[in-house]
Amino acid sequence: MNAKGMVFKYGDNVDTDVIIPARYLNVSSGEELAKYCMIDIDADFVNKAKTGDIIVATKNFGCGSSREHAPLAIKCAGISCVIATTFARIFYRNAINIGLPILECDEAANDIENGDEVSVDFDSGIITNITKDKTYQAQPFPEFMKAIMAAGGLVEQTKERVKG
Amino acid sequence: MGMTMTQKILAKKAGLDSVVAGQLIQAKLDIVMGNDITTAVALKEFQKTGASEVFDKEKVVIVLDHFTPNKDIKAAEQCKSCRTFAYDMGVKNFFDVGKAGIEHALLPEQGIVVPGQAIIGADSHTCTYGALGAFSTGIGSTDMAIGMATGEAWFKVPSAIKFNVIGKKQSHVSGKDVILHIIGMIGVDGALYRSMEFTGEGIAELTMDDRFTIANMAIEAGAKNGIFPVDEACLAYTKAHATKAYEVFEADDDAEYDEEIIIDLSTLEPTISFPHLPDNTRTIGEVGEVIIDQVVIGSCTNGRLDDMKIAADILRGKQVAEKVRTIVIPATQEIYLDCIKLGYVEDFINAGAIFSMPTCGPCLGGHMGILAAGERCVSTTNRNFVGRMGHVESEVYLASPAVAAASAIAGKIADPRNI
Ligand code: SF4
Repeated sequence: MNAKGMVFKYGDNVDTDVIIPARYLNVSSGEELAKYCMIDIDADFVNKAKTGDIIVATKNFGCGSSREHAPLAIKCAGISCVIATTFARIFYRNAINIGLPILECDEAANDIENGDEVSVDFDSGIITNITKDKTYQAQPFPEFMKAIMAAGGLVEQTKERVKG
Repeated sequence: MGMTMTQKILAKKAGLDSVVAGQLIQAKLDIVMGNDITTAVALKEFQKTGASEVFDKEKVVIVLDHFTPNKDIKAAEQCKSCRTFAYDMGVKNFFDVGKAGIEHALLPEQGIVVPGQAIIGADSHTCTYGALGAFSTGIGSTDMAIGMATGEAWFKVPSAIKFNVIGKKQSHVSGKDVILHIIGMIGVDGALYRSMEFTGEGIAELTMDDRFTIANMAIEAGAKNGIFPVDEACLAYTKAHATKAYEVFEADDDAEYDEEIIIDLSTLEPTISFPHLPDNTRTIGEVGEVIIDQVVIGSCTNGRLDDMKIAADILRGKQVAEKVRTIVIPATQEIYLDCIKLGYVEDFINAGAIFSMPTCGPCLGGHMGILAAGERCVSTTNRNFVGRMGHVESEVYLASPAVAAASAIAGKIADPRNI
């Protein structure tokens, strides 16, 4: 599994209220939510983001609410991967569970700039900054999480279990 | 190697003799909870799993509290989908308008939560129930769906920070000041992925409502959960509210902690979080002049009876400032009734505040108190992110009920001792 795209760069503590503000939580479809993705931190994001693009941020990305609407809005906006120094734990879980690829890598998070072109190899955890001609090594996922992602998310994986 | 209190609960629920930090486990759940926003997403995912019924009709809890009473047509549709699901599935603990209150005040009050349980809730402040010595953590809608279908969830066993609480707090200081102080000290990611375990002789100085407030905001330090020991006060609360069996877990003497932090209650001052992060704290003496437009007293953090009492005691016989809209929201119907019986409602209304039915309402910028550009609000809620309570150019200052009530009267952030 790989991703490649242009980077939208943000700073520390990007919270779920700016990713998808509560005033849009009266709907639950990913497509609808995607229209307002990042609106309170970057009003232009939805006009500029193309399928495959990548979000890079520093510490504690996705802090705040448990709203799965946040990773869902990002995924449905076409973002192929989020790279950060660290993620807030509920966001991390939700992203794995819905199959939005995320990677923690301090060096990449600090070095990559807005507009850089970046590619990611999820199996090896290698992030390549094509613009700067540099590579960074992220922790690859533990097997347990790889299995969830490979199944297409926790629901797909559980389906098998429910069928027994 | 010894285990922390959280690790001991998780080991038991995973059917293991012991666990270590970092271990991935599958644990059995005692409660799976959701609200009107997160359940609306979860029920779709639940249907996708192919499950035809929830794992246990008693252990699934659905509370319609965020956008209720329905704030608009879309919210009404969401609530309707939750309601239909709850009745179709025969969910016993379903709380609709009339019975509902803010989930994290409601579940302990209704005796649904007891010590020793493992609880997941599709709401980040599910960590509140750690005040009762339970392992309780916020998760998203997919986890809720899988939890409802299977009665289990996956967890990475957390390491812990030990907070050794000592001393006796001053009378104008409450649980809110304790937790804001801690978040200011360790930062909004200071406990990321970890448990916050509170111990020490100072715990006895904290009321159960103080402890709920403290555990509630563990998430604002990035923690997986916050947890308090089960002491006399906790057992008295449990027996007064619940009939179900509980289990008392204690950390091992040789449990390993990442670090130990001493919190001396006697040194704490009223503490305020300035915009736009909960860790941006100042003590009351450092605030300066901050003129405000609105005060909100309520939420899962500070909408309990202790909080109502503190606010009523300050507002009684006084008037809120002419330009400050003051909104008081009890967290549950029971607290609402108590406020009527104890005369607090009259105190609030005579002071020029409004007293509303239980709802999350303005806390998340939902309804009933949204801010315009440039407006400032002192709020007893838990988050002051950009746009949390309305316009992106509005500001939220987090504070205790005492500071909020004093500020309503003064028209600016004020020290409760000076009112
Ligand atoms: S009161 Fe606020 S923080 Fe608490 S559950 Fe409701 S919206 Fe969330």
